Amino acid sequence: MPTDSFGQSCFPGLDDEIGDRGTRLGPDLDVVVALIALAPFIAALLAPWITRFAGPMAGWILAIVPAAIFATFLSFIGPVSDLTAIQAGLDWIPAYGIRFSFFIDGLSLVFGALISGIGTFIIIYSGGYLAGHPHQGRFFSYMLMFMGSMLGLVLADNIFTLFVFWELTSITSFLLIGFDHSRQAARRAAIQALIVTGGGGLALLAGLIMLTLITGQNSLSGMLASAGVAQQSGAYLVAMLLVVAGAFAKSAQFPFHFWLPNAMEAPTPVSAYLHSATMVKAGVYLLARMNPVLGGTQAWFWILTVFGGITLLLGGVLALRQTDLKQKLAYTTLGSLGLLVMLIGFGTKEAVLGAVLYLCAHSLFKGALFMVAGTIDHGTGTRDITVLRGLREAMPVTFIAALLSGFSMAGFPIAIGFLAKEEMYLALTSGVWPDLLFLAVMVVGNACMMVVGLLIALRPFLGEPRPTPHVPHEGSVSLFAGPVVLGVLGIVAGLFTDWLNRVVLSPAGASIYDGAVDAQVHLAFDLLNPAIWASIVTWALGIALFWHADNVRLALRRVGEGIGWTFDAGFDAAMFGLIRFGDRVTRLLHHGRLELYLLLFFAVLAVSLLAPLIVSNSLPSLPDWPVLTFYEWGAVLIAAIGLITVVGARSRLTAIVALGIQGFAVAVIFMLFGAPDLSFTQFMVETLSVIILALVMTRLHLGKADHRELEAAIRDGTVAIAVGAGITILLLVVLQTDLDLSLTELFQATSTPIAHGRNIVNVILVDYRAIDTLGEISVVMAAGLAILALIRHRAKPESAKKPRSTRRKEKAA
Amino acid sequence: MNTVIFRTAAPALSALMLVFSVFVMLRGHNEPGGGFIGGLIGASGIAIYSISAGAAATRRALRVHPITLAGLGVVLAAIAGFVSLATEVPFLTGLWWIFEFEGAEIALSTPLLFDIGVYAVVVGAISTIALALDGEEGDD
Repeated sequence: MPTDSFGQSCFPGLDDEIGDRGTRLGPDLDVVVALIALAPFIAALLAPWITRFAGPMAGWILAIVPAAIFATFLSFIGPVSDLTAIQAGLDWIPAYGIRFSFFIDGLSLVFGALISGIGTFIIIYSGGYLAGHPHQGRFFSYMLMFMGSMLGLVLADNIFTLFVFWELTSITSFLLIGFDHSRQAARRAAIQALIVTGGGGLALLAGLIMLTLITGQNSLSGMLASAGVAQQSGAYLVAMLLVVAGAFAKSAQFPFHFWLPNAMEAPTPVSAYLHSATMVKAGVYLLARMNPVLGGTQAWFWILTVFGGITLLLGGVLALRQTDLKQKLAYTTLGSLGLLVMLIGFGTKEAVLGAVLYLCAHSLFKGALFMVAGTIDHGTGTRDITVLRGLREAMPVTFIAALLSGFSMAGFPIAIGFLAKEEMYLALTSGVWPDLLFLAVMVVGNACMMVVGLLIALRPFLGEPRPTPHVPHEGSVSLFAGPVVLGVLGIVAGLFTDWLNRVVLSPAGASIYDGAVDAQVHLAFDLLNPAIWASIVTWALGIALFWHADNVRLALRRVGEGIGWTFDAGFDAAMFGLIRFGDRVTRLLHHGRLELYLLLFFAVLAVSLLAPLIVSNSLPSLPDWPVLTFYEWGAVLIAAIGLITVVGARSRLTAIVALGIQGFAVAVIFMLFGAPDLSFTQFMVETLSVIILALVMTRLHLGKADHRELEAAIRDGTVAIAVGAGITILLLVVLQTDLDLSLTELFQATSTPIAHGRNIVNVILVDYRAIDTLGEISVVMAAGLAILALIRHRAKPESAKKPRSTRRKEKAA
Repeated sequence: MNTVIFRTAAPALSALMLVFSVFVMLRGHNEPGGGFIGGLIGASGIAIYSISAGAAATRRALRVHPITLAGLGVVLAAIAGFVSLATEVPFLTGLWWIFEFEGAEIALSTPLLFDIGVYAVVVGAISTIALALDGEEGDD
């Protein structure tokens, strides 16, 4: 089976058949790259069983999957550092040119390596952190699903592939934040994150589709190839704002920042992985990826730098206010994301390199520090920095890990954090005014984050031990393996700048900058370099703040209480407002008065039938008086008598039967004019309508007769006549146009030879338009189900409460 | 309405209508008829039985809940579509299997299966509505 649509769309279709249609780099590459994104999902399926059988070893076993993916990424280093992007993929919906396609360049490789590398340690850590938890298997499952989504996101080429993975990260994040779903706070945080990031996802989809329309490309690689086109387009601003809104919501940029600290309701491995190292960086990834396509304009520069700067300051300052270790880290994560967005907004070579370096540095130290916070919580039972003291003896390994990461976060020399800060300061030391302002913002933000890094690395471990809920104890190997390795890497990476320049910075920088970037980052302490002075000011400010951390915190608390309003409260107000609005609209439209529903429905029908005909002045001319035989006139007469009886009937039952008579007469007319199928159906429908209407009448306990006030009768009569006139006129218009008979001819020509049926009506129903019929019968089935549910719902409570007395009343009535 | 004559005639009439409904459904492809009309006739037959003998007796006579029949119909129609997929033609393409049996030409096809599905949905859904209105579920 070569290229039929079914064979191709049944992705992942990891059989040789798809491999045969190989792309640029050999037949197996498609499968290998697709497997990178899919393997975690397969592992997620198996995770609950592995957890059940392997028990405490489950984390180590499952960590093989991300470790193998990491190794695969390492094998791509060769081609990628030569600036060759690897492209691979499988067809998904070939009719629309939508491919399940992937694209690996420097930027995706850095992200992919971070996701799989840190993911390995996070999975190991989860094994220790949630040891013995009844839902540990489910937790692993969610984590691996998230990992697959995130890998798919950073590797995706086609924008629809990108969007699907983007939304999957939101959904898995929702599941993970709400993992402890018995707590209200966790549920609220999960829903909040889903609404904010999911809403952003919709904006992103709209933006990406607009970009597709502008550039004519539906893949990222295609858009990158036509970089510079979008900026010239008239729709640029809207498309850019939509993409940026999606990225900002995901990366928790001001004013969407409030969901991230709340997301700390999730178990600590989730905070370490999703809400610092990976998922929240998806927005940063997208902005970096889109920089060549959307960047380089004034609007891009100002939006990214201003909002990034506000987020940086907000995150840095609010972090100082917190006492909970995880909350402190969460706010500094906000700050770091703001910093990255700001750097991408600048878009110069130095800024881009600074962003890539800081991205790696931040993932390493923040992931490690979150794990440290979790280990402290695990070992002592609290995360309150005002209570924790003197843990250095009880938790020596954790202390060392915390020191290493805190060192990198503070940006002290030889750590990768230092290199990152130097590079970003270098980008801003041109001396002109907006740069100086942003430099000041960056220095203050970095100082705040440095304080938090030092506080977490030093405060809980130094001083005299204080009582904590548990007696402090060191975590197991699985708990400290991650922090130690990541912490050491954060320091060591700073020593191998040549490797870093060649393998990480130049390729990734080139992807963002859209031009060759020759990274020359070196560990140097040159006092003639203005950047070093920015670092020195940062340290000075940081140490001063560190010294007065408690006073600063109390002062900030008072300010916060003085303001009293938070974005979080604003979110609640907006949500409740939405619910109240929905309630009002529902009350307005769903007032529960059936006769008004019907009146409104038919009035709208009448207007929509008549208004276009009158406005466009296309009323039909009166048809000629029909020439009919006496028996045809007889059928018409019976229909008319039926109608007159309906209107004048004294009892409802008579009216229903009279309506049936009118319907039968119409069926006879159909029969006389040669539409046996139609007339057949009409007979049956009329019969059943009468039966069902009569049954409904007996259920509703209505009065025997239908009394209406004069005004009501005039009102209803007017609407009825208007609808009747509207449909009549519409049919006359249709009959006076020239009918396009091509379909009729096609059906007549093909019905018997191809579809083996002489009854064209039936052949249309079950063959030509079978999919419509399939939809219709599904609706009929659903309607039956709905009516059944409605009647049961009404019948049950009454008969359950007072079966006897109601029956008697019915009889009396 | 519930006279002795009606009560006596109704079961025979219903049986006749049900048989006729199947006949109408099967001849549908070449003569006036088809699953939809057949289903309506079948539902009318069930409704007549229900009026004469009561909803509870009708439910017992039907053995399965009519909504099950409706659900089965949708499933059958969908299967008719998926059979086409299995032979690598687009969803719902009509497949025919025509052969001689005892001197008569028999034509089996996926549109026939589809039409049987339509019939089951219409009979099932309308009987569900009629029976639910006629008597409460808990009566039997």
